[in-house]
Amino acid sequence: MNLVETPAEAQKNQSYYNALVELLYQFADDDFIVSFRGSEWLGLAPHIEEDVAFSSITQNTMGHAFLFYQLLEDLGEGSADSLAHDRSASERRNAVYFEKVNGKGTYVEEPYYDWALTVVRQFLYETFKKVKLQAASRSSYEPLAHTAQKILMEQPYHLAHWKMWITQLHGATEEARMRIHSRLEEAWREILDALELGPLAEEMERQKLIKKEKDLQEEWQQSVEETLGFLPNIPLGKNLGNGRAKQHTKDLEQALATLTEVYVSDREAVW
Amino acid sequence: MYNLVEHGIYSENEQKEDPEKYEEFMARIEAGEKIEADDWMPDEYRQTLIKLISMHGISEIMGALPEKEWVPKAPTLKRKLGIMAKVQDEMGHGQLLLRVAEDLMAPYGKDRGDLMRDLLEGKLKFHNVFHMPTKTWADAGVIGWLVDGAAIISQTNMLDASYGPYQRALQRICAEEVFHAQHGEAIVMALAEGTKEQRAMLQDAVNRWWSALLMFFGPASASTTGSSKQEVTTKYRIRKSSNEELRQAFLDKYLPRVFALGLTVPDETAHYDEDKQKWIYKQPDWTEFKKIISNNGPRSKERLRLREIAYENNSWVREALAPTAAMS
Repeated sequence: MNLVETPAEAQKNQSYYNALVELLYQFADDDFIVSFRGSEWLGLAPHIEEDVAFSSITQNTMGHAFLFYQLLEDLGEGSADSLAHDRSASERRNAVYFEKVNGKGTYVEEPYYDWALTVVRQFLYETFKKVKLQAASRSSYEPLAHTAQKILMEQPYHLAHWKMWITQLHGATEEARMRIHSRLEEAWREILDALELGPLAEEMERQKLIKKEKDLQEEWQQSVEETLGFLPNIPLGKNLGNGRAKQHTKDLEQALATLTEVYVSDREAVW
Repeated sequence: MYNLVEHGIYSENEQKEDPEKYEEFMARIEAGEKIEADDWMPDEYRQTLIKLISMHGISEIMGALPEKEWVPKAPTLKRKLGIMAKVQDEMGHGQLLLRVAEDLMAPYGKDRGDLMRDLLEGKLKFHNVFHMPTKTWADAGVIGWLVDGAAIISQTNMLDASYGPYQRALQRICAEEVFHAQHGEAIVMALAEGTKEQRAMLQDAVNRWWSALLMFFGPASASTTGSSKQEVTTKYRIRKSSNEELRQAFLDKYLPRVFALGLTVPDETAHYDEDKQKWIYKQPDWTEFKKIISNNGPRSKERLRLREIAYENNSWVREALAPTAAMS
Protein backbone atom coordinates (compact mmCIF):
# COMPACT_ATOMS: atom_id res chain seq x y z
CA MET A 1 0.00 0.00 0.00
CA ASN A 2 1.33 3.39 -0.98
CA LEU A 3 1.27 6.04 1.67
CA VAL A 4 -0.38 9.35 0.89
CA GLU A 5 1.93 11.95 2.29
CA THR A 6 0.30 15.28 1.51
CA PRO A 7 -3.14 16.88 1.12
CA ALA A 8 -2.35 17.54 -2.56
CA GLU A 9 -1.80 13.84 -3.17
CA ALA A 10 -5.04 12.97 -1.38
CA GLN A 11 -6.93 15.45 -3.54
CA LYS A 12 -5.86 13.68 -6.73
CA ASN A 13 -8.02 10.66 -6.02
CA GLN A 14 -11.65 11.66 -5.52
CA SER A 15 -12.86 8.49 -3.84
CA TYR A 16 -9.84 8.46 -1.55
CA TYR A 17 -10.45 12.10 -0.69
CA ASN A 18 -14.15 11.59 0.03
CA ALA A 19 -13.54 8.67 2.36
CA LEU A 20 -10.70 10.53 4.09
CA VAL A 21 -12.62 13.71 4.85
CA GLU A 22 -15.60 11.66 6.01
CA LEU A 23 -13.38 9.90 8.54
CA LEU A 24 -11.79 13.16 9.67
CA TYR A 25 -15.19 14.80 10.19
CA GLN A 26 -16.15 11.91 12.44
CA PHE A 27 -13.02 12.30 14.53
CA ALA A 28 -13.33 16.08 14.73
CA ASP A 29 -17.08 16.30 15.35
CA ASP A 30 -17.00 13.57 18.02
CA ASP A 31 -14.25 15.32 19.98
CA PHE A 32 -15.89 18.73 19.55
CA ILE A 33 -19.23 17.65 21.03
CA VAL A 34 -17.73 15.42 23.72
CA SER A 35 -15.56 18.33 24.83
CA PHE A 36 -18.61 20.61 24.93
CA ARG A 37 -20.61 18.24 27.13
CA GLY A 38 -17.56 18.03 29.38
CA SER A 39 -17.17 21.80 29.60
CA GLU A 40 -20.79 22.12 30.73
CA TRP A 41 -19.76 20.24 33.88
CA LEU A 42 -17.19 22.81 34.89
CA GLY A 43 -17.69 23.76 38.53
CA LEU A 44 -20.35 21.09 38.98
CA ALA A 45 -18.27 17.91 39.28
CA PRO A 46 -18.58 15.75 42.42
CA HIS A 47 -15.46 17.30 43.97
CA ILE A 48 -12.85 19.95 43.27
CA GLU A 49 -10.13 17.47 42.32
CA GLU A 50 -12.46 16.02 39.71
CA ASP A 51 -13.28 19.48 38.40
CA VAL A 52 -9.58 20.05 37.84
CA ALA A 53 -9.02 16.65 36.19
CA PHE A 54 -12.17 16.70 34.06
CA SER A 55 -11.57 20.22 32.80
CA SER A 56 -8.06 19.20 31.80
CA ILE A 57 -9.41 16.22 29.83
CA THR A 58 -12.07 18.42 28.25
CA GLN A 59 -9.47 20.93 27.22
CA ASN A 60 -7.26 18.24 25.68
CA THR A 61 -10.26 16.85 23.83
CA MET A 62 -11.01 20.27 22.34
CA GLY A 63 -7.34 20.36 21.34
CA HIS A 64 -7.81 17.04 19.52
CA ALA A 65 -10.87 18.39 17.70
CA PHE A 66 -8.72 21.34 16.66
CA LEU A 67 -6.05 19.00 15.21
CA PHE A 68 -8.64 17.10 13.16
CA TYR A 69 -10.30 20.29 11.92
CA GLN A 70 -6.85 21.47 10.88
CA LEU A 71 -6.30 18.33 8.84
CA LEU A 72 -9.58 19.15 7.09
CA GLU A 73 -8.48 22.74 6.60
CA ASP A 74 -5.25 21.50 5.00
CA LEU A 75 -7.36 19.42 2.62
CA GLY A 76 -9.26 22.50 1.48
CA GLU A 77 -12.49 21.94 3.41
CA GLY A 78 -12.47 25.48 4.87
CA SER A 79 -10.86 27.07 7.91
CA ALA A 80 -10.75 25.04 11.10
CA ASP A 81 -12.79 27.70 12.86
CA SER A 82 -15.53 27.79 10.27
CA LEU A 83 -15.67 23.98 10.25
CA ALA A 84 -16.10 23.98 14.01
CA HIS A 85 -18.47 26.93 14.25
CA ASP A 86 -20.25 27.34 10.96
CA ARG A 87 -21.73 23.98 10.07
CA SER A 88 -25.35 23.19 10.85
CA ALA A 89 -26.45 20.09 12.72
CA SER A 90 -27.40 18.43 9.44
CA GLU A 91 -23.76 18.56 8.32
CA ARG A 92 -22.25 17.04 11.44
CA ARG A 93 -21.00 13.45 11.69
CA ASN A 94 -20.68 13.03 15.45
CA ALA A 95 -22.45 10.05 17.00
CA VAL A 96 -25.86 10.95 18.42
CA TYR A 97 -25.16 9.41 21.83
CA PHE A 98 -22.41 11.98 22.40
CA GLU A 99 -24.71 14.94 21.84
CA LYS A 100 -27.24 13.77 24.41
CA VAL A 101 -27.68 16.39 27.15
CA ASN A 102 -25.98 15.79 30.51
CA GLY A 103 -29.30 15.95 32.29
CA LYS A 104 -32.04 18.44 33.05
CA GLY A 105 -31.44 22.17 33.06
CA THR A 106 -28.70 24.14 31.34
CA TYR A 107 -25.10 24.66 32.33
CA VAL A 108 -25.88 28.08 33.80
CA GLU A 109 -29.28 27.41 35.29
CA GLU A 110 -30.56 24.50 37.38
CA PRO A 111 -28.13 21.93 35.97
CA TYR A 112 -29.35 18.59 37.27
CA TYR A 113 -26.62 16.66 35.52
CA ASP A 114 -26.10 12.97 35.93
CA TRP A 115 -22.59 11.88 36.85
CA ALA A 116 -23.43 8.25 36.03
CA LEU A 117 -24.29 9.17 32.44
CA THR A 118 -21.06 11.12 32.17
CA VAL A 119 -18.86 8.38 33.61
CA VAL A 120 -20.42 5.72 31.38
CA ARG A 121 -20.33 7.89 28.28
CA GLN A 122 -16.78 9.11 28.78
CA PHE A 123 -15.56 5.61 29.52
CA LEU A 124 -17.20 4.09 26.44
CA TYR A 125 -16.09 7.00 24.30
CA GLU A 126 -12.46 7.02 25.37
CA THR A 127 -12.28 3.25 25.01
CA PHE A 128 -13.47 3.51 21.43
CA LYS A 129 -11.34 6.53 20.71
CA LYS A 130 -8.22 4.64 21.69
CA VAL A 131 -9.12 1.69 19.45
CA LYS A 132 -9.92 4.02 16.56
CA LEU A 133 -6.80 6.13 17.03
CA GLN A 134 -4.59 3.06 17.18
CA ALA A 135 -6.02 1.96 13.84
CA ALA A 136 -5.64 5.49 12.44
CA SER A 137 -2.03 5.63 13.58
CA ARG A 138 -1.34 3.13 10.80
CA SER A 139 -3.49 5.00 8.26
CA SER A 140 -2.48 5.31 4.62
CA TYR A 141 -2.89 9.08 5.06
CA GLU A 142 0.30 10.04 6.81
CA PRO A 143 -0.85 13.37 8.32
CA LEU A 144 -3.69 11.45 9.99
CA ALA A 145 -1.33 8.72 11.20
CA HIS A 146 0.93 11.37 12.74
CA THR A 147 -1.96 13.18 14.41
CA ALA A 148 -3.30 9.91 15.83
CA GLN A 149 0.14 9.02 17.19
CA LYS A 150 0.42 12.43 18.78
CA ILE A 151 -3.01 12.21 20.44
CA LEU A 152 -2.23 8.69 21.66
CA MET A 153 0.54 10.16 23.77
CA GLU A 154 -2.05 11.65 26.15
CA GLN A 155 -5.39 10.03 25.37
CA PRO A 156 -4.72 6.77 27.30
CA TYR A 157 -4.52 8.88 30.47
CA HIS A 158 -8.04 10.09 29.81
CA LEU A 159 -9.21 6.53 29.39
CA ALA A 160 -7.44 5.50 32.60
CA HIS A 161 -9.27 8.27 34.44
CA TRP A 162 -12.71 7.08 33.36
CA LYS A 163 -11.80 3.42 33.90
CA MET A 164 -11.01 4.34 37.48
CA TRP A 165 -14.37 6.10 37.89
CA ILE A 166 -16.51 3.37 36.40
CA THR A 167 -14.78 0.59 38.34
CA GLN A 168 -14.93 2.54 41.57
CA LEU A 169 -18.62 3.46 41.27
CA HIS A 170 -19.59 0.03 40.06
CA GLY A 171 -17.93 -1.56 43.07
CA ALA A 172 -19.30 0.91 45.61
CA THR A 173 -22.82 1.35 46.98
CA GLU A 174 -25.88 -0.42 45.65
CA GLU A 175 -27.22 2.90 44.42
CA ALA A 176 -24.05 3.67 42.46
CA ARG A 177 -24.04 0.21 40.93
CA MET A 178 -27.68 0.54 39.85
CA ARG A 179 -27.11 3.97 38.36
CA ILE A 180 -24.10 2.78 36.37
CA HIS A 181 -25.97 -0.32 35.17
CA SER A 182 -28.95 1.62 34.03
CA ARG A 183 -26.80 4.13 32.11
CA LEU A 184 -24.80 1.28 30.56
CA GLU A 185 -27.92 -0.39 29.24
CA GLU A 186 -29.14 2.92 27.90
CA ALA A 187 -25.77 3.43 26.20
CA TRP A 188 -25.98 0.00 24.65
CA ARG A 189 -29.26 0.94 23.02
CA GLU A 190 -27.92 4.25 21.69
CA ILE A 191 -24.20 4.05 20.96
CA LEU A 192 -23.99 1.89 17.86
CA ASP A 193 -23.50 4.72 15.36
CA ALA A 194 -20.43 5.79 17.34
CA LEU A 195 -18.91 2.39 16.64
CA GLU A 196 -19.57 2.68 12.92
CA LEU A 197 -17.70 4.44 10.17
CA GLY A 198 -20.74 5.64 8.27
CA PRO A 199 -21.79 5.33 4.63
CA LEU A 200 -18.20 5.31 3.31
CA ALA A 201 -16.99 2.61 5.71
CA GLU A 202 -16.06 0.16 2.98
CA GLU A 203 -14.14 2.74 1.01
CA MET A 204 -12.25 3.76 4.15
CA GLU A 205 -11.17 0.20 4.66
CA ARG A 206 -10.36 -0.35 0.96
CA GLN A 207 -8.17 2.76 0.95
CA LYS A 208 -6.45 1.56 4.15
CA LEU A 209 -7.45 4.74 5.94
CA ILE A 210 -8.53 2.71 8.95
CA LYS A 211 -9.46 -0.83 9.96
CA LYS A 212 -12.65 -2.68 9.19
CA GLU A 213 -15.62 -1.42 11.21
CA LYS A 214 -16.37 -4.87 12.63
CA ASP A 215 -12.80 -5.25 13.91
CA LEU A 216 -12.94 -1.90 15.65
CA GLN A 217 -16.22 -2.84 17.30
CA GLU A 218 -14.88 -6.17 18.48
CA GLU A 219 -11.76 -4.63 19.95
CA TRP A 220 -13.91 -2.07 21.72
CA GLN A 221 -16.21 -4.70 23.20
CA GLN A 222 -13.26 -6.74 24.40
CA SER A 223 -11.70 -3.74 26.04
CA VAL A 224 -14.97 -2.68 27.71
CA GLU A 225 -15.49 -6.23 29.00
CA GLU A 226 -11.94 -6.37 30.30
CA THR A 227 -12.61 -3.35 32.50
CA LEU A 228 -16.17 -4.15 33.60
CA GLY A 229 -15.99 -7.92 33.77
CA PHE A 230 -19.30 -8.13 31.91
CA LEU A 231 -21.27 -6.59 29.04
CA PRO A 232 -24.94 -5.60 28.99
CA ASN A 233 -26.97 -8.53 27.79
CA ILE A 234 -28.82 -6.65 25.05
CA PRO A 235 -27.99 -5.95 21.42
CA LEU A 236 -26.20 -2.71 20.53
CA GLY A 237 -28.55 -0.21 18.95
CA LYS A 238 -28.87 3.32 17.66
CA ASN A 239 -32.22 4.27 19.04
CA LEU A 240 -31.52 8.01 18.88
CA GLY A 241 -30.54 7.98 15.20
CA ASN A 242 -27.40 7.69 13.13
CA GLY A 243 -25.02 10.61 13.49
CA ARG A 244 -22.60 9.18 10.94
CA ALA A 245 -25.41 9.63 8.40
CA LYS A 246 -25.90 13.20 9.68
CA GLN A 247 -29.09 12.43 11.60
CA HIS A 248 -29.25 14.38 14.83
CA THR A 249 -31.47 15.35 17.72
CA LYS A 250 -32.48 18.71 19.17
CA ASP A 251 -29.72 18.24 21.73
CA LEU A 252 -27.11 18.93 19.06
CA GLU A 253 -28.90 22.11 18.02
CA GLN A 254 -28.86 23.30 21.62
CA ALA A 255 -25.15 22.58 21.83
CA LEU A 256 -24.34 24.31 18.56
CA ALA A 257 -26.38 27.38 19.45
CA THR A 258 -24.13 27.85 22.48
CA LEU A 259 -20.85 26.85 20.85
CA THR A 260 -21.31 29.20 17.92
CA GLU A 261 -23.16 32.13 19.53
CA VAL A 262 -20.29 34.62 19.48
CA TYR A 263 -18.68 33.34 16.26
CA VAL A 264 -21.84 33.76 14.19
CA SER A 265 -22.53 37.21 15.63
CA ASP A 266 -19.82 38.41 13.21
CA ARG A 267 -18.14 35.84 10.98
CA GLU A 268 -15.76 38.36 9.43
CA ALA A 269 -14.52 39.89 12.67
CA VAL A 270 -11.18 38.97 14.21
CA TRP A 271 -11.85 37.64 17.69
CA MET B 1 -8.14 36.10 42.64
CA TYR B 2 -8.42 37.34 46.12
CA ASN B 3 -9.56 39.86 48.57
CA LEU B 4 -10.20 39.62 52.24
CA VAL B 5 -13.60 40.61 53.49
CA GLU B 6 -14.89 40.13 56.94
CA HIS B 7 -16.85 37.13 57.95
CA GLY B 8 -17.13 35.16 61.14
CA ILE B 9 -16.97 31.45 60.66
CA TYR B 10 -15.33 30.44 63.85
CA SER B 11 -15.96 31.78 67.28
CA GLU B 12 -13.04 33.44 68.98
CA ASN B 13 -11.01 31.11 71.07
CA GLU B 14 -11.08 32.42 74.61
CA GLN B 15 -8.27 30.40 76.03
CA LYS B 16 -5.30 32.36 77.29
CA GLU B 17 -2.12 31.91 75.35
CA ASP B 18 1.36 31.45 76.66
CA PRO B 19 2.94 34.95 76.47
CA GLU B 20 6.41 33.44 76.09
CA LYS B 21 5.38 31.38 73.11
CA TYR B 22 3.69 34.42 71.64
CA GLU B 23 6.86 36.53 72.00
CA GLU B 24 8.92 33.80 70.41
CA PHE B 25 6.43 33.51 67.54
CA MET B 26 6.44 37.25 66.88
CA ALA B 27 10.23 37.30 66.95
CA ARG B 28 10.31 34.55 64.33
CA ILE B 29 7.99 36.28 61.88
CA GLU B 30 9.68 39.63 62.46
CA ALA B 31 12.99 37.97 61.57
CA GLY B 32 11.36 36.88 58.29
CA GLU B 33 11.06 33.22 59.23
CA LYS B 34 8.23 31.18 57.77
CA ILE B 35 5.67 29.46 59.96
CA GLU B 36 4.73 25.91 58.98
CA ALA B 37 1.47 24.03 59.50
CA ASP B 38 2.66 22.08 62.56
CA ASP B 39 4.37 25.02 64.27
CA TRP B 40 2.86 26.70 67.31
CA MET B 41 0.88 29.80 66.36
CA PRO B 42 -1.43 32.19 68.20
CA ASP B 43 -5.08 31.45 67.78
CA GLU B 44 -5.72 34.85 66.25
CA TYR B 45 -3.09 34.11 63.59
CA ARG B 46 -4.60 30.72 62.79
CA GLN B 47 -8.12 32.13 62.57
CA THR B 48 -7.05 35.05 60.43
CA LEU B 49 -5.31 32.67 58.05
CA ILE B 50 -8.29 30.32 57.90
CA LYS B 51 -10.59 33.19 57.01
CA LEU B 52 -8.20 34.66 54.48
CA ILE B 53 -7.21 31.43 52.75
CA SER B 54 -10.62 29.76 52.75
CA MET B 55 -12.11 32.90 51.26
CA HIS B 56 -9.33 33.07 48.69
CA GLY B 57 -9.80 29.39 47.82
CA ILE B 58 -13.55 29.49 47.59
CA SER B 59 -13.36 32.67 45.50
CA GLU B 60 -11.16 30.86 42.98
CA ILE B 61 -13.81 28.16 42.75
CA MET B 62 -16.77 30.55 42.58
CA GLY B 63 -14.72 32.60 40.11
CA ALA B 64 -14.81 29.73 37.65
CA LEU B 65 -18.58 30.11 37.36
CA PRO B 66 -18.88 33.52 35.64
CA GLU B 67 -16.10 32.63 33.21
CA LYS B 68 -17.56 29.22 32.62
CA GLU B 69 -20.51 30.96 31.00
CA TRP B 70 -18.14 31.91 28.17
CA VAL B 71 -16.06 28.75 27.88
CA PRO B 72 -18.16 27.01 25.22
CA LYS B 73 -19.11 30.31 23.62
CA ALA B 74 -15.53 31.45 23.00
CA PRO B 75 -15.54 32.55 19.34
CA THR B 76 -12.61 30.53 17.95
CA LEU B 77 -10.97 27.20 18.68
CA LYS B 78 -7.88 28.96 20.03
CA ARG B 79 -9.97 31.14 22.34
CA LYS B 80 -11.88 28.07 23.47
CA LEU B 81 -8.62 26.36 24.40
CA GLY B 82 -7.29 29.50 26.08
CA ILE B 83 -10.28 30.09 28.31
CA MET B 84 -10.56 26.38 29.14
CA ALA B 85 -6.94 26.35 30.29
CA LYS B 86 -7.50 29.48 32.31
CA VAL B 87 -10.60 28.31 34.14
CA GLN B 88 -8.95 24.97 34.83
CA ASP B 89 -6.06 26.83 36.46
CA GLU B 90 -8.50 28.73 38.68
CA MET B 91 -10.07 25.49 39.88
CA GLY B 92 -6.57 24.19 40.53
CA HIS B 93 -5.79 27.27 42.62
CA GLY B 94 -8.97 26.69 44.58
CA GLN B 95 -7.95 23.11 45.29
CA LEU B 96 -4.45 24.10 46.33
CA LEU B 97 -5.71 26.80 48.70
CA LEU B 98 -8.45 24.69 50.25
CA ARG B 99 -5.78 22.15 51.14
CA VAL B 100 -3.76 24.83 52.88
CA ALA B 101 -6.89 25.96 54.73
CA GLU B 102 -7.79 22.39 55.68
CA ASP B 103 -4.46 21.87 57.44
CA LEU B 104 -5.08 25.00 59.48
CA MET B 105 -8.62 23.91 60.34
CA ALA B 106 -7.63 20.42 61.44
CA PRO B 107 -7.15 21.35 65.14
CA TYR B 108 -10.77 22.58 65.17
CA GLY B 109 -11.95 19.26 63.74
CA LYS B 110 -13.18 21.00 60.57
CA ASP B 111 -12.63 20.01 56.97
CA ARG B 112 -13.56 20.91 53.42
CA GLY B 113 -17.13 19.70 53.88
CA ASP B 114 -17.53 22.37 56.55
CA LEU B 115 -16.23 25.03 54.17
CA MET B 116 -18.71 24.00 51.48
CA ARG B 117 -21.54 24.07 53.99
CA ASP B 118 -20.38 27.46 55.30
CA LEU B 119 -20.40 28.76 51.72
CA LEU B 120 -23.95 27.56 51.08
CA GLU B 121 -25.13 28.93 54.41
CA GLY B 122 -23.59 32.31 53.69
CA LYS B 123 -21.01 32.13 56.47
CA LEU B 124 -18.08 31.89 54.10
CA LYS B 125 -18.05 34.75 51.65
CA PHE B 126 -16.58 34.95 48.19
CA HIS B 127 -15.09 37.82 46.34
CA ASN B 128 -17.32 40.70 45.20
CA VAL B 129 -16.37 40.43 41.50
CA PHE B 130 -17.76 36.91 41.24
CA HIS B 131 -21.25 38.05 42.22
CA MET B 132 -21.47 40.08 39.00
CA PRO B 133 -23.21 39.06 35.78
CA THR B 134 -21.36 38.51 32.52
CA LYS B 135 -23.14 39.88 29.49
CA THR B 136 -20.91 39.54 26.44
CA TRP B 137 -17.68 37.94 25.26
CA ALA B 138 -15.92 41.19 26.18
CA ASP B 139 -16.58 40.34 29.84
CA ALA B 140 -14.34 37.28 29.43
CA GLY B 141 -11.59 39.63 28.25
CA VAL B 142 -12.12 42.21 30.97
CA ILE B 143 -12.18 39.55 33.68
CA GLY B 144 -8.90 38.10 32.45
CA TRP B 145 -7.20 41.42 31.92
CA LEU B 146 -8.44 43.62 34.76
CA VAL B 147 -9.85 41.27 37.41
CA ASP B 148 -6.86 38.95 37.16
CA GLY B 149 -4.65 42.00 36.90
CA ALA B 150 -6.10 43.24 40.18
CA ALA B 151 -5.62 39.78 41.68
CA ILE B 152 -1.95 39.78 40.73
CA ILE B 153 -1.45 43.09 42.52
CA SER B 154 -3.29 41.94 45.59
CA GLN B 155 -1.50 38.58 45.74
CA THR B 156 1.94 39.95 45.01
CA ASN B 157 1.41 41.93 48.20
CA MET B 158 1.45 38.62 50.10
CA LEU B 159 4.23 36.82 48.26
CA ASP B 160 6.36 37.12 51.36
CA ALA B 161 3.60 36.12 53.76
CA SER B 162 4.78 34.73 57.07
CA TYR B 163 2.79 31.52 56.68
CA GLY B 164 4.95 29.20 54.55
CA PRO B 165 2.30 26.95 52.94
CA TYR B 166 0.26 29.97 51.81
CA GLN B 167 3.31 31.88 50.65
CA ARG B 168 4.45 28.94 48.50
CA ALA B 169 0.96 28.45 47.05
CA LEU B 170 0.89 32.14 46.14
CA GLN B 171 4.21 31.90 44.30
CA ARG B 172 2.72 29.32 41.99
CA ILE B 173 -0.64 31.05 41.68
CA CYS B 174 0.91 34.41 40.78
CA ALA B 175 3.05 32.82 38.07
CA GLU B 176 -0.10 31.39 36.48
CA GLU B 177 -2.13 34.56 36.95
CA VAL B 178 0.36 36.38 34.75
CA PHE B 179 -0.65 34.07 31.87
CA HIS B 180 -4.29 34.73 32.65
CA ALA B 181 -3.80 38.46 32.44
CA GLN B 182 -2.06 37.96 29.09
CA HIS B 183 -4.94 35.79 27.90
CA GLY B 184 -7.38 38.51 28.92
CA GLU B 185 -5.28 41.22 27.36
CA ALA B 186 -5.18 39.32 24.05
CA ILE B 187 -8.99 39.12 23.98
CA VAL B 188 -9.25 42.82 24.87
CA MET B 189 -6.70 43.85 22.21
CA ALA B 190 -8.56 41.92 19.50
CA LEU B 191 -11.79 43.69 20.45
CA ALA B 192 -10.13 47.10 20.75
CA GLU B 193 -8.65 46.73 17.27
CA GLY B 194 -11.83 45.20 15.87
CA THR B 195 -15.10 46.41 14.42
CA LYS B 196 -17.16 49.28 15.80
CA GLU B 197 -19.46 46.76 17.46
CA GLN B 198 -16.55 44.94 19.08
CA ARG B 199 -15.16 48.20 20.47
CA ALA B 200 -18.57 49.16 21.79
CA MET B 201 -18.91 45.76 23.42
CA LEU B 202 -15.55 46.25 25.10
CA GLN B 203 -16.33 49.77 26.34
CA ASP B 204 -19.63 48.55 27.72
CA ALA B 205 -17.86 45.77 29.62
CA VAL B 206 -15.31 48.20 31.10
CA ASN B 207 -18.17 50.48 32.19
CA ARG B 208 -20.01 47.66 33.87
CA TRP B 209 -16.92 46.25 35.65
CA TRP B 210 -15.45 49.54 36.80
CA SER B 211 -16.97 49.86 40.25
CA ALA B 212 -16.51 46.15 40.97
CA LEU B 213 -12.82 46.63 40.18
CA LEU B 214 -12.51 49.57 42.56
CA MET B 215 -14.26 47.54 45.23
CA PHE B 216 -11.92 44.62 44.59
CA PHE B 217 -9.30 45.92 47.02
CA GLY B 218 -11.76 46.54 49.80
CA PRO B 219 -12.53 49.78 51.63
CA ALA B 220 -9.70 52.14 52.54
CA SER B 221 -10.44 51.87 56.24
CA ALA B 222 -12.58 49.97 58.68
CA SER B 223 -14.81 53.00 59.17
CA THR B 224 -16.22 52.54 55.65
CA THR B 225 -17.82 49.16 56.17
CA GLY B 226 -17.63 48.68 59.90
CA SER B 227 -14.63 46.37 60.16
CA SER B 228 -11.42 45.48 58.40
CA LYS B 229 -8.78 42.82 58.80
CA GLN B 230 -6.05 44.97 57.30
CA GLU B 231 -4.42 45.74 60.64
CA VAL B 232 -4.31 42.13 61.81
CA THR B 233 -2.91 40.80 58.55
CA THR B 234 -0.26 43.51 58.54
CA LYS B 235 0.69 42.88 62.17
CA TYR B 236 1.29 39.22 61.44
CA ARG B 237 3.32 39.93 58.31
CA ILE B 238 0.81 38.28 56.04
CA ARG B 239 0.46 41.34 53.86
CA LYS B 240 2.46 44.52 53.33
CA SER B 241 0.43 47.28 51.71
CA SER B 242 -2.96 48.69 52.65
CA ASN B 243 -6.12 48.33 50.56
CA GLU B 244 -5.78 51.88 49.27
CA GLU B 245 -2.12 51.42 48.35
CA LEU B 246 -3.04 48.35 46.34
CA ARG B 247 -5.89 50.17 44.61
CA GLN B 248 -3.50 52.99 43.71
CA ALA B 249 -1.01 50.46 42.32
CA PHE B 250 -3.80 48.96 40.20
CA LEU B 251 -4.92 52.33 38.85
CA ASP B 252 -1.30 53.23 38.22
CA LYS B 253 -0.73 50.15 36.13
CA TYR B 254 -4.02 49.86 34.27
CA LEU B 255 -5.62 53.27 33.82
CA PRO B 256 -2.92 54.50 31.40
CA ARG B 257 -3.39 51.28 29.42
CA VAL B 258 -7.16 51.66 29.37
CA PHE B 259 -6.81 55.23 28.10
CA ALA B 260 -4.14 54.24 25.56
CA LEU B 261 -6.64 51.84 23.96
CA GLY B 262 -8.99 54.79 23.49
CA LEU B 263 -11.31 53.48 26.18
CA THR B 264 -12.80 55.48 29.02
CA VAL B 265 -13.95 54.71 32.54
CA PRO B 266 -17.35 55.80 33.85
CA ASP B 267 -15.87 58.45 36.17
CA GLU B 268 -15.07 61.89 34.70
CA THR B 269 -13.15 62.82 37.82
CA ALA B 270 -10.62 59.99 37.40
CA HIS B 271 -7.16 61.49 36.92
CA TYR B 272 -3.65 61.41 38.29
CA ASP B 273 -2.89 64.24 40.70
CA GLU B 274 0.78 65.16 40.27
CA ASP B 275 0.95 67.12 43.53
CA LYS B 276 -0.59 64.44 45.68
CA GLN B 277 1.18 61.72 43.65
CA LYS B 278 -1.93 59.60 43.49
CA TRP B 279 -5.01 58.78 41.46
CA ILE B 280 -8.16 60.67 42.25
CA TYR B 281 -11.37 58.74 41.66
CA LYS B 282 -14.96 58.68 42.74
CA GLN B 283 -15.56 56.24 45.60
CA PRO B 284 -17.66 53.24 44.63
CA ASP B 285 -20.84 52.67 46.59
CA TRP B 286 -19.55 50.82 49.66
CA THR B 287 -23.07 50.11 50.86
CA GLU B 288 -23.56 48.24 47.62
CA PHE B 289 -20.27 46.42 48.28
CA LYS B 290 -21.53 45.22 51.65
CA LYS B 291 -24.74 44.09 50.03
CA ILE B 292 -22.88 42.19 47.31
CA ILE B 293 -20.55 40.31 49.62
CA SER B 294 -23.44 39.29 51.87
CA ASN B 295 -24.68 37.31 48.87
CA ASN B 296 -27.17 39.93 47.74
CA GLY B 297 -25.33 40.89 44.56
CA PRO B 298 -26.78 40.65 41.06
CA ARG B 299 -25.85 36.99 40.53
CA SER B 300 -25.04 35.81 44.08
CA LYS B 301 -28.04 33.57 44.49
CA GLU B 302 -27.73 31.98 41.06
CA ARG B 303 -24.04 31.19 41.46
CA LEU B 304 -24.55 29.73 44.93
CA ARG B 305 -27.46 27.76 43.55
CA LEU B 306 -25.09 26.10 41.05
CA ARG B 307 -22.87 24.90 43.87
CA GLU B 308 -25.86 23.85 45.91
CA ILE B 309 -27.24 21.75 43.06
CA ALA B 310 -23.83 20.21 42.43
CA TYR B 311 -23.56 19.37 46.12
CA GLU B 312 -27.01 17.79 46.40
CA ASN B 313 -27.07 16.20 43.01
CA ASN B 314 -23.74 14.42 43.52
CA SER B 315 -24.45 13.24 47.05
CA TRP B 316 -24.77 9.64 45.81
CA VAL B 317 -21.26 9.93 44.35
CA ARG B 318 -19.83 11.17 47.64
CA GLU B 319 -21.53 8.30 49.44
CA ALA B 320 -20.12 5.87 46.91
CA LEU B 321 -16.62 7.27 47.41
CA ALA B 322 -16.79 7.16 51.19
CA PRO B 323 -14.31 4.65 52.65
CA THR B 324 -17.11 2.48 54.03
CA ALA B 325 -18.90 2.19 50.71
CA ALA B 326 -16.88 -0.52 48.95
CA MET B 327 -18.82 -3.72 48.69
CA SER B 328 -16.97 -6.99 49.08
